[in-house]
Amino acid sequence: MNPPVLDIQGLSINYQTELGPLQALRDVNLVVPEGKIIGIVGESGCGKSTLISAIIRLLAPNAQIKQGSVNFKGKDLLSLSPEQMRSLRGDEISMVFQDPMTSLNPVLTIGRQMSDVQHRNTSSRSEKNARSLMMLERVGIPDPETQLQRYPHHLSGGMRQRVAIAMALMAEPALLIADEPTTALDATLEVQIIHRLKELQREFGCSILFISHHLGVIAELCDEVVVMYAGEVVESGSLREVFIDPKHPYTQKLLECDPARIAQPTRELPVIEGSLPNLVNLPAGCIFRERCSHAMTRCSAERPVLSGGHHQAACHLLESSP
Amino acid sequence: MTKPRGLIQHTFSGLKKDPLGMTGFVLVSIILLLTIFAPWLAPYDPLDINVNNRLSSPSAAHWLGTDQLGRDILSRVLFGGQVALKVSLVAISVSMAVGLVLGMLAGLGPRWLDRILVILFDTVRSFPTIMFALAIVALTGPSLNTVIGVIIITSIPVYARVVRTQTRALRERDFILAERAMGASTGRILRDHVLPNIAAPLFILASMDVPAVVGMEAGLSFLGLGVSPPTPSWGSILNDGYSYLRNSPWPIIAGGIPLIAITLGFTFFGESLRDIFDPKLRRKDQ
Repeated sequence: MNPPVLDIQGLSINYQTELGPLQALRDVNLVVPEGKIIGIVGESGCGKSTLISAIIRLLAPNAQIKQGSVNFKGKDLLSLSPEQMRSLRGDEISMVFQDPMTSLNPVLTIGRQMSDVQHRNTSSRSEKNARSLMMLERVGIPDPETQLQRYPHHLSGGMRQRVAIAMALMAEPALLIADEPTTALDATLEVQIIHRLKELQREFGCSILFISHHLGVIAELCDEVVVMYAGEVVESGSLREVFIDPKHPYTQKLLECDPARIAQPTRELPVIEGSLPNLVNLPAGCIFRERCSHAMTRCSAERPVLSGGHHQAACHLLESSP
Repeated sequence: MTKPRGLIQHTFSGLKKDPLGMTGFVLVSIILLLTIFAPWLAPYDPLDINVNNRLSSPSAAHWLGTDQLGRDILSRVLFGGQVALKVSLVAISVSMAVGLVLGMLAGLGPRWLDRILVILFDTVRSFPTIMFALAIVALTGPSLNTVIGVIIITSIPVYARVVRTQTRALRERDFILAERAMGASTGRILRDHVLPNIAAPLFILASMDVPAVVGMEAGLSFLGLGVSPPTPSWGSILNDGYSYLRNSPWPIIAGGIPLIAITLGFTFFGESLRDIFDPKLRRKDQ
């Protein structure tokens, strides 16, 4: 098996705040194998965005990388110079953003923006245009020639997101990071984009790191799943393992709350009681303890670590019942 | 879906819907044409003195009458427009260019640089312009270049502040972040993404700034701080006329009308441009 495209080990990131350091990520491990789609699930504020900002090294100025390594194709991204890092972005690692309404420049035509993305390429204007046309066709945009002349506000949300995907895939990156690319779209479009993304992944053979809080989308698209909670990875494994046999109580609850899985119509949808722990003053022990129905005395004293083979979870329940 | 429209087409279709803006545009065009072709249109040499025919009222020979030295006022007004135009063109383009660079530096640069530049802008703006002009003229003597220099120095902060605010707002926008994530350098982001986004407000500001600059030139010339006689300027025509107001109102009327026309024209035109390019209003017609 080829070495993984992306290998994050023990990554911890703090944000300096007025109340003290906010521990946004703690000891995060993440492996993205070549040609696979990895999904990251977790509620808002669990550190998904911090994680991707750390990978492309566009962290907020008050963020501080405490420890850990981010290896991309054998290079430690955290030790690259800003200039070296910039040459990787949009070339070997590229990204699709959440809201296609705001991620395109409103005053430039689609064609101009698509040529701009090819700024590393020294080919002529017409060659760049031809390549833009081809990419638009591949992402399934009808009448691409006309679209190149248009401005983003002439296009619908789904079309814009396709344009954004086309731009991200322009340089045939080894890793595509998709930050909730379908959250801002309606449900039918979501399915279309997901299918297109899956097809494109097969064609280009790139790896995709797919961030979402929508379990249905993850189930549809991903090969492997990483579940994050409050800045930690609580469970990871193949899609089948995590979805059919969730080990961590948080994953179990998360799956229970997925409206698509609720068989009986109810007035009130299930929720996970409680809220995220304060990341400035971290409680000792397990971070999910206060919301967990299986909490034991051990949970408040000792922090569980990830255990298991390919399917890992960080919970004391697993250790006590081997 | 609407057909993509060009910038000029977009501007004109917007102007058509706005009669006041169209009036402004026509006024501006007429003034520009008259001024540019002044040497061919002026019936007399603006410096030609004819003492026998001083302070005459409008006649077939002198449409706007003559001044205290018997010079043809129409010719002086037309040539005075050239001074006004030259001052506004040079002063506005230079202060816009410098303001653009400083504003983008302040908007996207490190925090300390932003602080220093903002303090600098505020310091310059805190002087009353006329006092500042008087001080400079006292040092260098009155000339057209001094007027241009004073206007440039006092206008730079106006442009720089607008650019800084716009750049700051853009900096937080997703597409700038997206560009960074796609490997664009700061220079590329400024050139290809920030600049096109702030160009429209900047040009609107410039068009609304023309009357202010023309007025300032006229004011300084009126005070004798601008162009030196006998060069005609709208301000100096007013000043000459002012002394002989009891004898003839025509110099004042002739010098005042172009000032009023250019102010109204550029203001209407600028406001109309602002409405056309304001994204909130723009969305309505689609």
